[in-house]
Amino acid sequence: MEGLLAMFSDPAYWESLSRVIPEALYETLYMVIVSTILAYVLGVPMGVLLVITSEGHIIPNPWVERILGTIINIFRSIPFIILLVALIPFTTMLVGTSIGTTAAIVPLVVSAAPFVARLVESSLREVSSGVIEAALSMGASPWQIIYKVLLPEAKSPLILGIAITTINIIAYTAMAGAVGGGGLGDVAIQYGYNRYRTDMMIITVLILVVIVQLIQWIGTTLAKKLSHR
Amino acid sequence: MIYIKNLSKVFKTPKGPFTALDNIDLHIPKGAVYGIIGLSGAGKSTLIRCMNMLEKPTSGEILINGQNMTQLSGVALRKTRQKIGMIFQHFNLLESRTVAGNIAFPLEIADWPKHKIAERIQQLLPVVGLEDKANSYPAQLSGGQKQRVGIARALATNPSVLLCDEATSALDPQTTESILELLREINEKFNLTIVIITHEMKVIKEICTDVAVIDQAQIVEHGPIESVFINPQSNIAKDFIASVFPNKLSPQLLCELAQHSNSQIVTVNFLGSVASEPIISDLIQQYGITVNILHGNIDRLRSTLFGTLTLELQGNTESISQAHEYLKSRNLKVEVIK
Ligand SMILES: Nc1ncnc2c1ncn2[C@@H]1O[C@H](COP(=O)(O)OP(=O)(O)OP(=O)(O)O)[C@@H](O)[C@H]1O
Ligand SMILES: [Mg+2]
Repeated sequence: MEGLLAMFSDPAYWESLSRVIPEALYETLYMVIVSTILAYVLGVPMGVLLVITSEGHIIPNPWVERILGTIINIFRSIPFIILLVALIPFTTMLVGTSIGTTAAIVPLVVSAAPFVARLVESSLREVSSGVIEAALSMGASPWQIIYKVLLPEAKSPLILGIAITTINIIAYTAMAGAVGGGGLGDVAIQYGYNRYRTDMMIITVLILVVIVQLIQWIGTTLAKKLSHR
Repeated sequence: MIYIKNLSKVFKTPKGPFTALDNIDLHIPKGAVYGIIGLSGAGKSTLIRCMNMLEKPTSGEILINGQNMTQLSGVALRKTRQKIGMIFQHFNLLESRTVAGNIAFPLEIADWPKHKIAERIQQLLPVVGLEDKANSYPAQLSGGQKQRVGIARALATNPSVLLCDEATSALDPQTTESILELLREINEKFNLTIVIITHEMKVIKEICTDVAVIDQAQIVEHGPIESVFINPQSNIAKDFIASVFPNKLSPQLLCELAQHSNSQIVTVNFLGSVASEPIISDLIQQYGITVNILHGNIDRLRSTLFGTLTLELQGNTESISQAHEYLKSRNLKVEVIK
């Protein structure tokens, strides 16, 4: 207890915290936000394609559905830590380096996009076939059905999916430390685990808990607000 | 207006081909309210879905306003569908849009400019009696109100045909009545041709001008409702009519009544003004027979009166056959039961 008090009243301690934490927080947010956006840019079209090419939907095409589904399953079954290493050449090609925060975004996106595709798929499948049929009967084109029926009608589950994806990516950014991605998770491991700085670990984990809670709360609230069922 | 020629639809199923529509021929005149009635699985939905190509027919032709639907695809089909409204048993409204948004939907699809859409919504809301619900979401509406939105949405693009697939089957009797009333008003006000699929004869009776009876993938009978009601040919049509104009006596009762040696039991169907004429007193006075009314029923068929009477006629054979002649001369349909 005495020791703790002494530590907290030492200005050098706070100085070291304020040097490490804000930067790590910034790195985490940067990785999470950019990865989530890119994962959705790739995942939404894949999810939409999976749904509309399935049997009885607007553009049935068993081949597209099967091939895309298989690719997604393969990527989803590779453990993240292996993906991280396996993607090094690809990452280097894309961003010029395989280490650093930006480089960590590549494997994060590659692992999250197929997951997003499945989340989007299951959200869009909740849109009743009757509504789609009504739109078809009014002369809607496949494109109009996608952006005027499927996506707006599935707004709530899609938003819940964004919350789930973001939180998943936060968890994965901790592992991105392995390629020098930095971030809060990395701080927790570097300081807390490797250097026995339990306080650092507790602080970073607390920040992560708050972020996760906040995202889930925003997701749930928004989904509820936008649901008109 | 709508011509259906040799229309067939065969579904491929794991158990082999299944014929859902077998050589259907129908003509639906402009301005008609054409009812198509059949039991569950008869092929009604398949037939109406073929009309706007939601289901692709295996063979045959469908002409709507001279346009051969079966030869259309892509943009041309979509453009034609914009002129054919459709309403559904389960309404199929967009839950994420308000009433106004739902009515706007087909107009957005048809690329109407924003101000025109707003104008059209304001025209349609009073037509379906939903002036105060423009900003409500479907989840906040009753079944009847939802179907009114469905109707407004279907009418938005000024279609020439309205297809209704079991539009009242999910509604209670009173709400059904009000929706049918609305459809009838629309038919009269806009001279809109309406095709109604149903398994309830009540719906046919209330608003249809013509009816076709479909049974096991085939049209077994069709015509103006008056002629089908007064002179049904198929057993299935008779059963449907009996569901709204019950005139069957229990076999037990029939046995008891038939014990009179010189009596005959007949049912008489009558239409329109005949209903208000003193037929029975004529029979008694002119032919000297005793007439015993066993069962009677009268109601409206769209706008004409239709009734059925079950009578026991007592008298000698000659006067009974004279009575038959008399009834026929009054254009009444007589059927001897016993
Ligand atoms: N996509 C399909 N594949 C195979 N068989 C089908 C398909 N759609 C309909 N059928 C069959 O065709 C027949 C007619 O179906 P349809 O839906 O037209 O009947 P319906 O008269 O509308 O009946 P209901 O009153 O129950 O709605 C049924 O036996 C049904 O099982
Ligand atoms: Mg049906």
